[in-house]
Amino acid sequence: MDIDLMMRVYPFFLKAAWVTVQLSIYTAILGLACGALGASMRLSRLAVLRFLGAAYVSVFRGTPALIQLFILYFGGPQIGIQLNAFEAGVIGLGVNIGAYMTETIRGSIIAIDKGQREAARTLGLSGWQAMRKVILPQAARLMIRPLGVNINALIKGTALVAAISVVELTYTAQRYIGSTYKPFEMFLLSGVLYMIIIYGTGQAIKWLDRRARIV
Amino acid sequence: MTDDQTPFLDIRNAQKSYGDLEVLKDISLQVQRGQIVAIIGPSGSGKSTLLRAINDLDPLTGGEVWLEDMQINKKLPHRQYEKHINQVRQNIGMVFQHFNLFPHLSVRGNVTLAPKMLKGLSDAECDKLAEEQLDKVGMLDRIDYYPSQLSGGQKQRVAIARALAMKPKVMLFDEATSALDPELVEEVNLVMKKLAEEHMTMVIVTHEMGFAEAVCDRVLFMDQGVVVEEGPPSKMFRNPDNERTQNFLKKHLANANR
Repeated sequence: MDIDLMMRVYPFFLKAAWVTVQLSIYTAILGLACGALGASMRLSRLAVLRFLGAAYVSVFRGTPALIQLFILYFGGPQIGIQLNAFEAGVIGLGVNIGAYMTETIRGSIIAIDKGQREAARTLGLSGWQAMRKVILPQAARLMIRPLGVNINALIKGTALVAAISVVELTYTAQRYIGSTYKPFEMFLLSGVLYMIIIYGTGQAIKWLDRRARIV
Repeated sequence: MTDDQTPFLDIRNAQKSYGDLEVLKDISLQVQRGQIVAIIGPSGSGKSTLLRAINDLDPLTGGEVWLEDMQINKKLPHRQYEKHINQVRQNIGMVFQHFNLFPHLSVRGNVTLAPKMLKGLSDAECDKLAEEQLDKVGMLDRIDYYPSQLSGGQKQRVAIARALAMKPKVMLFDEATSALDPELVEEVNLVMKKLAEEHMTMVIVTHEMGFAEAVCDRVLFMDQGVVVEEGPPSKMFRNPDNERTQNFLKKHLANANR
């Protein structure tokens, strides 16, 4: 193993890791927004919205994220969508993980005992007031960990955007392999950095979950 | 209790069916102000459904429910109905078998959530209200506890305080003591007795025959979606006319004494 080489190139990998982190953060934010929207559609009183929500979930969970990304980045310009690689990566991955988060959020909401809603409605609270003050505060605690699983998946999923040449960890490894012919060292370096990012995120999720626990 | 002629709570020809299954078959029930009515009967008899129809939690498929001069189960477009029913429900307290306290809120938070949101009470007014109501059910010393820190009986007393905090005109009890350990039933019964002494209008679905006999003005025996027999507790429990009532009570007493 060429430790010297690794020591020489690692600053470039750190820079690439920072791109991966940024990509992950923006993607997570977009994914959560899509998930919240998707879940409220799936739980809507209106059949049209329920259908649209279900369609969103099955389309984006039912096709490879890589294909979705390619359609957006390579196919987009054909229908007038011009995005740079980073933007396409965030939007493609965000909308994709949003479909998974839709189901996580919806699952946490319907897991709350229906007696909670009944008790709130019986006191005179409206459906929305019951949701906001009684259901969501409880569901939010339930969804922290499964959303953490989604976020873990999306961080690893950011490796896909190497395929549309965003200069993140995976792409950087590939590029240095091209000039050094040392795939073991280069992929190992990016793998370690992925692990650090994911470990840190996991710890943050755990901390959040502990903090949110009901007495 | 001035005009005994017009009922306070009036259920007229209540019908409820799920597909072909008729759960309530043309039931009428009038409750006067301050009256306490117990509904007894075997499980599946429709007693809980009837109770839950009063605040339209389980909407009827036929018939009307009136509270004073207001029809509760009005047919309205969705938005108007929601507005109407939220208003109506503020007048009807309900206590559930499984308490349904909000686990993320303290005892104080449980009691004051609705008054704060719906009546716009200030924090100081809310605190005063919570203290009053919790004192009434003997739970004032637990005001800053969370539901998970309470026993079943304590939870149910908090649930009663939560309902009372909206100053309801009627209280509905849906098997309020059925989920409690036997030694915890009494503390909840005592609170309900206290409400009875204050002339709270109450409709109580219960399996506690002794309690029903001691507290209620009237007892309804329901079976298979109809009111089989009704009358004052002395008659209903001592010598009911109907054979089905007799059998039910016999079985129930046998179980209770076992």
